[in-house]
Amino acid sequence: MKRTLFRNQLLPWLLLAPQLAITFVFFLWPAAQAIRQSFLRQDAFGINTSFVGLANFRALWNSPEYLNSLQVTAVFAVLVTVLSMGFSLLLAVAVDRMIRSASVYTTLLVWPYAVAPAVAGILWWFIFNPTIGVMPYVLEMVGYDWNHISSKSDAMALVVIASAWKQISYNFLFFVAGLQSVPASLREAAAIDGAGPVRRFFDITLPLLSPTTFFLLVVNIVYAMFDTFAVIDATTEGGPAQATNIMVYKVYFDGFVGQNMGSSAAQSVVLMVIVIALTIVQFRWVEKKVAY
Amino acid sequence: MKYLFTASAVALLASLSAANAQTEIQWWHAMGGELGAKLEEITKGFNDSQDEYTVVPSYKGTYPETMTAAIAAFRAQQQPAIVQVFEVGTGTMMAAKGAIVPVHQLMADQGAAFDPAAYLPAVVGYYTDTEGNMLSMPFNSSTPIVYYNKTVFEKAGLDPNTPPKTWAELEEFSKTIRDTGAATCGFTTQWVSWIQTENLSAWHNQPIGTEQNGFGGTAARLTLNGPVQVKHWENLKRMADEGVFKYGGPVGGDNAAPMFYSQECAMYMGSSASRAGVIANAKDFELGYGMLPYYDDVEGAPQNSIIGGATLWVLSGRPDEEYAGVAKFFEYLSSPEVQADWASFSGYLPITQAAMDQMADYYAENPGADTGIKQITLNEPTENSKGLRFGNYVQIRGIIDEEFEQLLAGSKDAQGALDAVVERGNALIEEFEAQNQ
Repeated sequence: MKRTLFRNQLLPWLLLAPQLAITFVFFLWPAAQAIRQSFLRQDAFGINTSFVGLANFRALWNSPEYLNSLQVTAVFAVLVTVLSMGFSLLLAVAVDRMIRSASVYTTLLVWPYAVAPAVAGILWWFIFNPTIGVMPYVLEMVGYDWNHISSKSDAMALVVIASAWKQISYNFLFFVAGLQSVPASLREAAAIDGAGPVRRFFDITLPLLSPTTFFLLVVNIVYAMFDTFAVIDATTEGGPAQATNIMVYKVYFDGFVGQNMGSSAAQSVVLMVIVIALTIVQFRWVEKKVAY
Repeated sequence: MKYLFTASAVALLASLSAANAQTEIQWWHAMGGELGAKLEEITKGFNDSQDEYTVVPSYKGTYPETMTAAIAAFRAQQQPAIVQVFEVGTGTMMAAKGAIVPVHQLMADQGAAFDPAAYLPAVVGYYTDTEGNMLSMPFNSSTPIVYYNKTVFEKAGLDPNTPPKTWAELEEFSKTIRDTGAATCGFTTQWVSWIQTENLSAWHNQPIGTEQNGFGGTAARLTLNGPVQVKHWENLKRMADEGVFKYGGPVGGDNAAPMFYSQECAMYMGSSASRAGVIANAKDFELGYGMLPYYDDVEGAPQNSIIGGATLWVLSGRPDEEYAGVAKFFEYLSSPEVQADWASFSGYLPITQAAMDQMADYYAENPGADTGIKQITLNEPTENSKGLRFGNYVQIRGIIDEEFEQLLAGSKDAQGALDAVVERGNALIEEFEAQNQ
């Protein structure tokens, strides 16, 4: 590796300064504020403040709503990740087999990525609206009474579909690129040895795709846990009866609507710990099993 | 070029000095659309009437967004002088003693003409302390009433000019309507929290919480799991199972109005301020108005209904001259002319007796428009029917919706659901009490 030597000690710091400043202002400082706030109890206006130690965390641990939110988040993240990655892999494999029309399909499939999450949420809210939507009408013909306003599972299905749909384009692009880097010679050799298309896919393509899959797994879990706020806010607002109240939405609701800063900050700290843990687990253990 | 520069510099100086002469008063509000336009028209009327103060209204989004913005601004010491806060935020605002200037105190300090007796007790009672001092200036208040479809009533063989008086009648009418095929559902409702829980309690003179429904202080706790409320929720569940009642969704019940407009449901309980919207949408049928139904076996019913809507709170920490302007502006806002204009335009309730008297002609010409005001002034408000005041109430309303949904889903009975509301709500109230000590 080529190393650049700076004669001036100040120059490297100066070059790093803009990035460090941004990290400090937009990440370290707010994170420190959240940690500080999580040990305090404060009224909405910030007039009375008292130190309460771990009381905010203890309250979370004893709150059935928070434990429910943990569970909802896990179910939601797994479903969104599996659905969007599975579907985009299917599409990518299909497009990979095309020769002339591949670029047209790729362009079309990337479009949804340009849609803002809030707009995507509203879009799906309209499609699935029990009173005016088109899907409940179709579902009624096959005998299913769709109502995400009162049914917990329907609401979960709605937010999962809306969130997964948003992410398909992104996953698709990476899978297409990944598939193109799988050497055709390996597949051809297997074909000559008598392996069918399914066997070739699972024994050759999929293992060679694992770096891409692993990267997307990280990105998708992070996406499902943090970037789906707008979808939830535009469709179910966490309801009915907290069935879609994922942790990020609960942080917002308790902090900004409920004005309970201490609990909201404690929840952010828990989220921060979860993200750190997830990242460590993924890079320490999962990465070792990935064949690069 | 040089002349142009000089001229623009002079113009700039002139505009600066003009701005200096007037004190600007920031007013953050949550009125969008036509109501927002009307609000700006009213403000312009005040700005044109004198040249000392300019009130600058800014639209800040929904009620929770406006309140959150004002609180965040207060923490950053950038607060507006006036902020519009919805009724469930009253507990939070009132407890923030260092952050607000109570209206009665503001008016006294500024020597403004202010006679508390001129205001309607049913409206301002919600926003007074236990000594009867007004804390915030009511701006837009409404109360739930019954809208019904006269055309469907006629088709079902019912008298179109007689809305149901009691819940027994409402159920009987609903069943007749359903059985004759005049409509598929009897009734639907906005706001299960505000209408079917809080107003139901006040209308039957039942307590919502201890300490005069929370007016007495932050030590108050919820008690809305009493026999009348339990019986009512039980009935709603039973009627929902029988298809007589349809649930319109949590919070404001977004799906309730379309069910009434499309004539799927024959009756609709909603805010009196929805009147203009209901009229605009009730194109294919004739519209009737009625008071909320009551249980005739409950002693003291009907009492009076309570209001919803928002008031104007004055935040502390602004320069003195702004408060003089705020006092003048409030005087202007409570004048009978402005009140009558605003109330007849919007469907909100007038806040003074004088404004109500001035609206007599309007009420005569618009049948049903006075249902709300008649209902809140039906009787002298009691401890149970003045309103309610609890901390963290925005979330408690959410809990009411959630538990009602559990009841509808069959996972809890009415007693269990309301017990859970009380238990979960009180945990939030305790948290609020601890925050404000």
